[in-house]
Amino acid sequence: MSYRICSLLLLLLATPLGLVAAEAPADPLNSVMWHEMHQRLLDGAPVVFDERVQVSAPAVAEDSLNLPLWIDATALGEVERLLVFAELNPIPKVLDMQPLKAAPRIGLRIKVQQATPVRAAALTPDGVWHLGGVLVDAAGGGCTAPSIGSGSSDWADRLGEVTARLWSREHHSRLRASIVHPMDTGLVAGIPAFYLEQLEIRESGGDLISRLSLFEPIAENPVLTLDLPKLKQLTMDGRDNNGNPVAAQISLESQTGGGGQ
Amino acid sequence: MRSLVFIAVMLLAGLCQAVERDYKLKPQQIADNTYVLIGHDEHFSFANGGNIVNTGFIVTEAGVVVIDSGPSRLYGEQLIAAIAQVTDKPVVKLFITHMHPDHFLGNQAFEGLPIAALEKTQDGIRLMGETFNDNLYRLVGSWMKGTRVVAPNQQVEPGLQEIGGHRLQLIAMQGHTGADLAILDQTSGVLFAGDLVFYGRTPTTPHANLDNWQSALEQLRKLDFKVMVPGHGAPVTSEVAISQTSSYLSWLQHYLKKQADSGAAMAELLQPDAPQNLRELAVFKDEYTRSLSHLYPALEAKALADGKVEQQQ
Ligand SMILES: [Zn+2]
Repeated sequence: MSYRICSLLLLLLATPLGLVAAEAPADPLNSVMWHEMHQRLLDGAPVVFDERVQVSAPAVAEDSLNLPLWIDATALGEVERLLVFAELNPIPKVLDMQPLKAAPRIGLRIKVQQATPVRAAALTPDGVWHLGGVLVDAAGGGCTAPSIGSGSSDWADRLGEVTARLWSREHHSRLRASIVHPMDTGLVAGIPAFYLEQLEIRESGGDLISRLSLFEPIAENPVLTLDLPKLKQLTMDGRDNNGNPVAAQISLESQTGGGGQ
Repeated sequence: MRSLVFIAVMLLAGLCQAVERDYKLKPQQIADNTYVLIGHDEHFSFANGGNIVNTGFIVTEAGVVVIDSGPSRLYGEQLIAAIAQVTDKPVVKLFITHMHPDHFLGNQAFEGLPIAALEKTQDGIRLMGETFNDNLYRLVGSWMKGTRVVAPNQQVEPGLQEIGGHRLQLIAMQGHTGADLAILDQTSGVLFAGDLVFYGRTPTTPHANLDNWQSALEQLRKLDFKVMVPGHGAPVTSEVAISQTSSYLSWLQHYLKKQADSGAAMAELLQPDAPQNLRELAVFKDEYTRSLSHLYPALEAKALADGKVEQQQ
């Protein structure tokens, strides 16, 4: 641990000089794909490996269709984009988030095809990507297995339906939302890619709070966890890659007085 | 350099093939005519060959009754050899307590004999057996060589069955899986609890229903046993293993429910706040993390259903 802190300190000390250096820093996860990911997903922009970007995941995926992740880059302060990718997945990119008014952290579940580094890259206003990540072992097959919903009968009627709840916490509102969608990757023969690709969270007045681009590896019926500024009501709007809409209004229960379910 | 590595790998591979793997099974007598073979308090690994499970046998006048067949063909064969060290009597029947692979993948060595299980266990093995077999190959490697699924060929009718002077009470329960068989030998007082009871090792939950499991434990508590053989962990002469299993499951359920109700994301819960006595159970961290995957989605769905949402389409 102290070694890690030391190297982080060294990194911090070296940052003002080191950033402009042409040579990219060594990948702490030693991944063969890192260089390619750096070019493909981050356009080769300046990067630092930074323990302030935390990726929490089980060391072994119990269910390769549902690997839970908790990504937290709040220790960086302002973050313009938060990118999540599973490096050895046939489709690596998982999520591209503009936190805006939301905290730069998110919980979600993803499909993994095999053992892979799972990383988060957080872009700070100075144009530097800060990277955190972990290695996850998996039995595999998560991306090339058909979604369970495709086989059952009722998902089509409920496509895009949102189940969600807002919790009021001390300094923020916690949103957890589950959206009915098969999230088909297109990697299964005969089943084209069919996935949610855009979600926007707005205050009920209309101000944008956060914007998310989702990708195929997100698990079927996505469950997202976000920390937003304190609010009583919000809207969640979006669409999938076939243009089917998602539109829901979510309120704090205590604000609605009599009604409820 | 590369070719050197290649040669080393080939040598190693050759060596692995030449070694006949040995589970070193040692029957321990726990009552008159009754023996158990205690597995490691670990996870499946190449080092333990999948022997993380307890099996047992009763030497009756009519022959040997075996309870569970272990994780592989090799284990089943070595179990039969270990039985032959104790008695000349032939095996006459095998009971399978439930559908998990460490309990039935040794069936091949007992092919042709009556292999009895509850109906849902038979169905589960037919449905999931091959997947389990593949998984174990991946986890323990060459110990599984030549192992294939042999489904139980007899259905257990719950109730009393006498075999060679031993009155066996066959009890159909559920909770660890959809069908869990416990066997109380009324003649010797030995209770084979299967995986309804773990001792010193964290319980596993891939097919569990925790409410049903707790009811099953209450039922087991009322049985008149002298020795209890848990599915994993050392045999005991008191209710201590039942209580331990129950307190772990109870903590697990309450902790996860509380977190789901307060809005925690699944991967925020990888470092759980658990009492010290439960953290000390073998493979706590691994099994808790697996249980989080098994149990949290349903608890979370319940918690989210209490939210206030209007669809606007
Ligand atoms: Zn079991």
